[in-house]
Amino acid sequence: MKQFEILGNKDTRSGFGEGLLEAGQKNPNVVGLCADLIGSLKMDAFKNAFPERFFQVGIAEANMIGLAAGMTIGGKIPFTGTFANFSTGRVYDQIRQSVAYSQKNVKICASHAGLTLGEDGATHQILEDIGMMRMLPNMTVIVPADFNQTKQATMAIADHVGPVYLRFGRPVVPIFVKPDANFVIGKADLLIEGTDVTIIACGHLVWKSIEAAQQLAEKGISAEVINMHTIKPLDEKAILDSVRKTKCVVTAEEHMMNGGLGEAVSQVLARQFPAPQEYVAVNDTFGESGKPEELMVKYGLDTINIVEAAQKAIQRKS
Amino acid sequence: MEIQQLKAVASQVRRDIVRMVSGVNSGHPGGSLGCADFLTVLYFNQMKHNPDHFSMDGKNEDLFFLSNGHISPVWYSVLARAGYFPIEELGTFRKLNARLQGHPSVDKKVPGVRMASGSLGQGLSNGIGAALTKKLNGDSTLVYTLHGDGELQEGQIWEAAMYAAANKVDNIIATIDLNGRQIDGDTEDVLSLGNLGAKWQAFGWEVLEMDGHNIEEMIAVLNKAKAMTGKGKPIVIIMKTEMGQGVDYMMGSHKWHGVAPNAEQLQVALNQLEETLGDY
Repeated sequence: MKQFEILGNKDTRSGFGEGLLEAGQKNPNVVGLCADLIGSLKMDAFKNAFPERFFQVGIAEANMIGLAAGMTIGGKIPFTGTFANFSTGRVYDQIRQSVAYSQKNVKICASHAGLTLGEDGATHQILEDIGMMRMLPNMTVIVPADFNQTKQATMAIADHVGPVYLRFGRPVVPIFVKPDANFVIGKADLLIEGTDVTIIACGHLVWKSIEAAQQLAEKGISAEVINMHTIKPLDEKAILDSVRKTKCVVTAEEHMMNGGLGEAVSQVLARQFPAPQEYVAVNDTFGESGKPEELMVKYGLDTINIVEAAQKAIQRKS
Repeated sequence: MEIQQLKAVASQVRRDIVRMVSGVNSGHPGGSLGCADFLTVLYFNQMKHNPDHFSMDGKNEDLFFLSNGHISPVWYSVLARAGYFPIEELGTFRKLNARLQGHPSVDKKVPGVRMASGSLGQGLSNGIGAALTKKLNGDSTLVYTLHGDGELQEGQIWEAAMYAAANKVDNIIATIDLNGRQIDGDTEDVLSLGNLGAKWQAFGWEVLEMDGHNIEEMIAVLNKAKAMTGKGKPIVIIMKTEMGQGVDYMMGSHKWHGVAPNAEQLQVALNQLEETLGDY
């Protein structure tokens, strides 16, 4: 089985910060907006390099989205930054009308997504954002797996014309994507080839899926692992090619089961290749305060949960 | 364009409005009629714009954002009469497969429309964003926005107002259509706006006032507003209007905010509005 070297440990939000700086150096039309969370979003470097292209909007997220939409008129490429909760649920209607329906080239960049925000608790731990964003016509939804991939995705979306939701997080996690990897929007990464079960994951759950595949291998189970960094447009071919081979699937995400990656995969399989599917996701409940790793265990988003889900999915194959 | 010609255009725009909404038995005639004079003055006397070659980016053109998108009939009529698209298209308003949606849309590619609106309170942010980009681009043209008075009940308006003043966005002229009415009744009864002028002043804006049915006065005030741009403060014009202006039975009430006249009522309205440029 393919082994992955840990290249370091960093938070994905820092990948966004570095990517934004590089995108800004490459393209003078890139501008940044932030709603009083510059440090949390790691936007300092961009702000310091391009003060005239950076806009502190204060604690006013609705206005930030509206400003960003307006700034596209005349050719700017706005990147908005705040927590995932305030990037989506708080401003859904502004995104819907001024960005998605109006087809504006706005990049909505969201940190501190999911349970791994930790101690702040459920008010800030949004688990519905992927669902809300993937329901919007014209919206591209990207959930990169580690620091390097978040940096690469940030630079890729600057070159992509159209609204994008980019979701990343706060905790320090292993880096395994090569620094020179080519990030292609809508093209899944096949990380590990296997024959018994397909594991499709996004974000922080990708590394846990790699760990799960290693544990499954010790039990004699051959798991295929796919990093589905783009939830929309979904790489249907990658899903079908894999599940046609393995005949069952596990989806893993730091998100509500309703509306997330798992549901998107289910839609593809239900229509084209029905197969047993197990979900590693939060099941219709809010989160709570705690350490990120404690929460991932309590809410069933840990490596062992992926291993068990894989075994269950395999058992369900008739 | 001279005063008499502007009045003639406004009369035709009013005929277009009542015919459009009556034609599909839906739409918002009240606020549309109330803003017919203003939008006529803006597009035919004030704005530097290019109806023959519409570009989404609008570089080196004045831009207009309709924040209260439900008064789309008046905007569509003015855009068509200014040459953005054929006047015959006004007959497709709100019909299946038409570009002229009930509320302005971008995805249908209507020349002249740069932002969807309808869900209220978003147009000021959009206009300020476009104004920021003009500054970054070294583009000295202006951004105009129009808002309903009831729309000012939306919180986002005040987020945007605070932002523009704090950041000296001085290339935008916002106009408030102060007709004192909204769907459920008078704004005073639904949710009083209090002292609007004092509110905008307290938010750091230059505040002007004008009569939205006095074309000479509007030209003077809009010229004054233009002369005040570039001096570190955003500008708002509180424009007094009458909902339903020009059609006697629609004036003095909120009841024609979102109701279309039937065939008989349409005829009564048309008898009060001179056909100056030819109906579509």
